Amino acid sequence: MDSSLFLQYLFAGITYGIIYAIVAIGFNIIYNTTGIINFAQGEFLMLGGMISISMLQFMPLPLAIAVAVLVTMLIGALIEMVFIRWINNPSVLRMVVITIGISILIREAALHVWGESVRALPYFIGSAVTSIAVFGTRISPQVLIVIGACSIMVLGLSLFFRYTSLGREMRACSANRRAATLCGINVKNKVTLSFMLSAGIGALAGAVMSPITYTQYDNGTGLAIKGFTVAILGGLGNSLAAVAAGLILGIIEAFSVSFLPLAFQDAVAITILLIILFLRPHGLFGSSEAARLKEF
Amino acid sequence: MTFPKRYLAVAGLLAMVVGIQQLTALTGTAYYLTQLTMAAYYSLLIIGLCLLMGYTGQLSLGHAGFFAIGGYISAALTTHDFSAHGDTLLLGLMEKTGMLMHRQSLYGEPLLNVHPWPACFIAIGMAVLVALVLGVPVLRLKGHYLAMATLGFGIIIYRVVLASEFFGEADGISEVPAFNLLPGLSVNGDFAFRVTNYYIAWGLLLLGLVLLLNLIHSRVGRALRSIHGSEEAAEAMGVDTSRYKLYIFVISAAFAAAAGSFLAHYNGGIGPSEAGVMKSVRYVAIVAVGGMANLWGALLMGVLLNFMSLRGMFGTYDDAVFGIILILIMLFAPRGILSLRMTNVFRARAKTPGE
Amino acid sequence: MKNMFKKAIVAVAAAGMLALPALQAAVADTITVGAILAETGPSFLGVPEANTLRMLTEELNARGGINGNTIELIVKDSGGNPEKAISFAKQLIEENKVFAIIGPSTSGETMKIKNIAEQTETILISCAAAEVIVNPVAKWVFKTPQMDSDAVKKIYMEMNRQNIAKIAVVAGNTGFGKAGKDQLLQIAPEFGIEVVISEVYDKDATDLSAVVAKLMANKDIQAVVNWSIVPAQSIIIKNIRQAGWDVPIFQSHGFGNIKFVQAAGDAADGTIFPAGRLLVADVLPDDHPQKEVLVKYKNDYESRFKEDVSTFGGHAYDAFMILVQAIAEAGPDKAKVRDAIENMKGFVGTGGIFNFSPEDHTGLGLDGFELITVKDGKFALYMN
Repeated sequence: MDSSLFLQYLFAGITYGIIYAIVAIGFNIIYNTTGIINFAQGEFLMLGGMISISMLQFMPLPLAIAVAVLVTMLIGALIEMVFIRWINNPSVLRMVVITIGISILIREAALHVWGESVRALPYFIGSAVTSIAVFGTRISPQVLIVIGACSIMVLGLSLFFRYTSLGREMRACSANRRAATLCGINVKNKVTLSFMLSAGIGALAGAVMSPITYTQYDNGTGLAIKGFTVAILGGLGNSLAAVAAGLILGIIEAFSVSFLPLAFQDAVAITILLIILFLRPHGLFGSSEAARLKEF
Repeated sequence: MTFPKRYLAVAGLLAMVVGIQQLTALTGTAYYLTQLTMAAYYSLLIIGLCLLMGYTGQLSLGHAGFFAIGGYISAALTTHDFSAHGDTLLLGLMEKTGMLMHRQSLYGEPLLNVHPWPACFIAIGMAVLVALVLGVPVLRLKGHYLAMATLGFGIIIYRVVLASEFFGEADGISEVPAFNLLPGLSVNGDFAFRVTNYYIAWGLLLLGLVLLLNLIHSRVGRALRSIHGSEEAAEAMGVDTSRYKLYIFVISAAFAAAAGSFLAHYNGGIGPSEAGVMKSVRYVAIVAVGGMANLWGALLMGVLLNFMSLRGMFGTYDDAVFGIILILIMLFAPRGILSLRMTNVFRARAKTPGE
Repeated sequence: MKNMFKKAIVAVAAAGMLALPALQAAVADTITVGAILAETGPSFLGVPEANTLRMLTEELNARGGINGNTIELIVKDSGGNPEKAISFAKQLIEENKVFAIIGPSTSGETMKIKNIAEQTETILISCAAAEVIVNPVAKWVFKTPQMDSDAVKKIYMEMNRQNIAKIAVVAGNTGFGKAGKDQLLQIAPEFGIEVVISEVYDKDATDLSAVVAKLMANKDIQAVVNWSIVPAQSIIIKNIRQAGWDVPIFQSHGFGNIKFVQAAGDAADGTIFPAGRLLVADVLPDDHPQKEVLVKYKNDYESRFKEDVSTFGGHAYDAFMILVQAIAEAGPDKAKVRDAIENMKGFVGTGGIFNFSPEDHTGLGLDGFELITVKDGKFALYMN
């Protein structure tokens, strides 16, 4: 394999990988505060893309994306308040099933609002054919924008959780809800906030990747599954590990094309998921004791 | 010991099945039998899934995968031409034991296929094997991990059938021959055999139901309910929980595969949509609506909802309907629709999973 | 027991629902036509098809129908699922007693109901393209899309002209993609073309730069044929151009929807594909036999549904109009209408000029296709 081919695969892998990582981080944020895996996470990306595209008719691109992110955050909050908030002691099964149901609803609603056609935001820089040379290989500048935007989000989130009081309160909720309440933290609001945050980063990711991957009403499901694989691969709840895991999965998927028929590419991620679940459910970077302590 | 109440209920259902058929004959609405037959087959999968979800609390988001294994293997073996391998040892053996059959293809060329009976056994056997291999690691998982593992399994099956030429890729498999159970009893889609097929399907379903009801009321059933109540307590009482969970997982897989196999013959074909995630979700939704641990509820809802969907009553909102059902039931009636406002002796014992 | 009683009530109510005999608008002068289309589902073919059928039915009925008989159209959404197609086919035939069925949208579904149509002697005019639908010929089954093999031949003929001998084939994993890939591989030797690499991509694929990298690395490849009907076909075009690869790209007639061109943006310029003339109706010479039909359909559809025409809607148009013409000729008698269709010659449709015969239930040949390219984001005739 010559270096140009290698780099092409690498960049393809990084592109997929960073998107999966964002989805996984979205999962982790909600999981950390509530113990729920939100199967509707992928739909947030889809909504971010779709709403930006619709808004583009009325306002310039940056504003359209901002509006889309805000609207999706509101939808995230709405979901939490309508479906999640008032269930007492939800069992895992119930929550899994409910979030699946929510994901289906959002998808079908999107189908009936935007139709089945495929849309895309215009490329932020240049057009569908512009490419720039990087280390001897050519890629679209949009790829760099996706990588950049997602990296900034990851950085922003780690700063938020570490240094702001709001972030620290959310971490407290995830460590021990009861103790957090006793400290005077309004846990219920933090839960809503976590949904909003996950929705927001999902929407932004969905918008920046739209020119490359297109946005379609059923984009969300596939992304959610890959995102979940990455979250588990890194260790549920550990967002920095999710980034690493995302890159690993993305790169494996990209390179798999060189020895497997493309038709089986999607099966690669699922196979990895199953292997991890069977051999090391706490993920590559998680510790089994910590995993056992966490209530499901 | 008095005649078990449950047999009376089964007899009642049988009477209703016959009654409906007679009614359709009288009113000239025999075409309903088609959708009722198809719905019966799907319900076979559903009662198996109900056993798994309700009585052992294991969520399976990939049961369509087992259905697909059953259906696709039956379909592939009975349509794929094995003439090229005709002189190998395995096929020679199969020929001698009468497991093969000779047919003509669409174009009039000779075909060497596997006879539906052995094909069906192989199909169910494969599903059982896969369930065993999969079940051991999967059933050790809990909660979300279990859900994702089963989802992952379902997706792998979908990807495999979609990508393999042997399974017809995107077009699926057509021209699946009739399955002659006995002389005169044939599973196929011909209009002439419609009533016979209706009874075959419902017969199979009732058989499955009786099997499961007996299972629930046996020692195994009591062991299951104890596992469901509390796994630790059950273990403490000496119940080998992992063995029982595996046992039930395999049974539910076998039911699903049987449904798939028979339906493939009835429909004369199968497509990758049968292995899709949406189907698995649909089955879970139906079991949830019927009441997780309520075989009768699951059966009823299975027949009703599949019937309505197959008649196109939900129009373009088909998937949305099942999504809404899932949410509403999980929010308001996690014990199933029939538990609303009525308490019941049966269900007080078998609690819904995770509570 | 209470629970049993309650269940019994629900069950009896359900049974009671069944006892209602189906409503039959069995008015003597209504002809019921059924349609099984994939309005939802993987390939969105069904929407333009359904729209077209509804539009045509309304127009026809407004004009008084066919010799006084109005058409009642029943559209069922199968979502591309064969088991639904089977269920609906049986329902339409037995319960609604349809005169004919138009559709389904995909080959997989059509093959599942081919036998049902034959057995019940119901006319089936499919909007799906696979060869196997009409080969072997079934008395009652027809199709309106052009033959995939003709599309492939058209591409290969052009490749011969450009001295392209080694190609790569990428296809979507739907029935359309599979049928095309099979034909491409099968017919290549006849034209002295070698398919160096052949890959299949998922219909939901979001980025195909990995497989593009693999293709680029093979320096033998002189052209890429991308055969698909799903949006991902545009992604692969983009990925190729973004990688800085200027290899000639040939597409299938599945590209025949301006949305795919728009999705690919500038990358679509210069791609070549065979398609029905519907896409370039405006630039056809005025004396072209198809021009009038094409332009009228295009204008009607676009003004009513506010979206561009696609060749898929055209297949439904052809199916409907052929049926209507046959009924006009032979009266509402199924056997006679079937004969009329089978013997129809010179029918001007969107897909081409149809000439049916007992051996040919497609009616279209190589000249149903025109080689089309994309210039500045619009379809244009390919001038070599």
